[in-house]
Amino acid sequence: MCATCGCGDTKLVPVEVHEKILAGNDRAARHNREHFVEQGVLALNLMGSPGAGKTALLEATARGFRGRWRLGAVSGDLATDNDARRLEAAGIPSRAITTGQGCHLDAELVHHALHDFPWRELDVFFIENVGNLVCPAIYDLGQAANVVALSVTEGEDKPLKYPVMFKAADLVLLTKCDLLPHLDVRVDTILDGLRRVMPRPQVIQLSARSGLGMAEWMGWLEERRAQVPRRSAGAPVHTHAHGHDPHSHHAHEHRHEDGTVHTHAHGHGPSAGHGHEH
Amino acid sequence: MHEYSLIQSLVSRVEAEASARRATAVHRLVVSVGELSGVDPELFQTAYDTFRAGTLCEAAPLELRRVPARWSCPGCGREIPRGEVLACEACHLPARVAPGGDDILLETIEMEVP
Repeated sequence: MCATCGCGDTKLVPVEVHEKILAGNDRAARHNREHFVEQGVLALNLMGSPGAGKTALLEATARGFRGRWRLGAVSGDLATDNDARRLEAAGIPSRAITTGQGCHLDAELVHHALHDFPWRELDVFFIENVGNLVCPAIYDLGQAANVVALSVTEGEDKPLKYPVMFKAADLVLLTKCDLLPHLDVRVDTILDGLRRVMPRPQVIQLSARSGLGMAEWMGWLEERRAQVPRRSAGAPVHTHAHGHDPHSHHAHEHRHEDGTVHTHAHGHGPSAGHGHEH
Repeated sequence: MHEYSLIQSLVSRVEAEASARRATAVHRLVVSVGELSGVDPELFQTAYDTFRAGTLCEAAPLELRRVPARWSCPGCGREIPRGEVLACEACHLPARVAPGGDDILLETIEMEVP
């Protein structure tokens, strides 16, 4: 109300919000991440162009870990469940997330997919994103790491053209390297481009067809898997209250006196809005 | 074309804030768009102009503030010029982008309150 005379007029106020427009997605992603960490599942967000070789990579990965690890996947696809069926055939329990016109997966879609998928028993849970080098990059899904597949057939300039995607990548897999002898593509140019868009460039050159680089990729997976606390039978169940700092993305671990290890989102104070039960 | 889904999040956030403050109208929005936010400012503006019809934001123009991506060394603070390798040669550290350069933020809502 107008303070001068009480006439009932409204007043114009600027409300400072300073909040990420993706804050809602980031909250849902933190929720997913807590689930993955509590269950000791390594969740990876696999991104790349359509045809970069994401599904073939997962098929080869399944062959490599057959009998050792339980892998599972959800595949974002605009219109079909072809990828999910290919993965099932390769021995990876899989579910399609059909996005319709949606060009990316978001944390909510992944969360819904978890409801009817036996992800808790997995060693590694792959989230095969919609084929797209733009939109998926900005949506946190709750993954432990982003893996971007870039095929050598896509040309040398893709890192510089799509800096947001490669900046988000923890690992770039340069796929289809068996085709290099047939192409006018210099790997050094691709690697140089990656160093100009990724502050921590990590790249593996591989071919799902010839097996080149697969050992290095599997080694990377084993290293990342070892960083996820295992959930042994009879381990205490932790439930986490939400309400972490909205700007936190990363997780860190701490060990309790009884030897149990927790992973938490960064940025919350010792007493603010956070708790876990044993 | 994720700009459309971002606009939906933006409009619902504004509507929630307006409702919490019992605002009668929203007059203006300010959003900052980082160069590496993954958002195309023109597309974002077009998506907003398409979606605001019939919402509380219908009469509220959207002001976009573009934030350039500035990379620097977290050790010595040296700025890494555009297009260079994202590491500090002297400190052997990976470069860091300044706040806002990779974010899309709702900064201000100008609203009419009782």
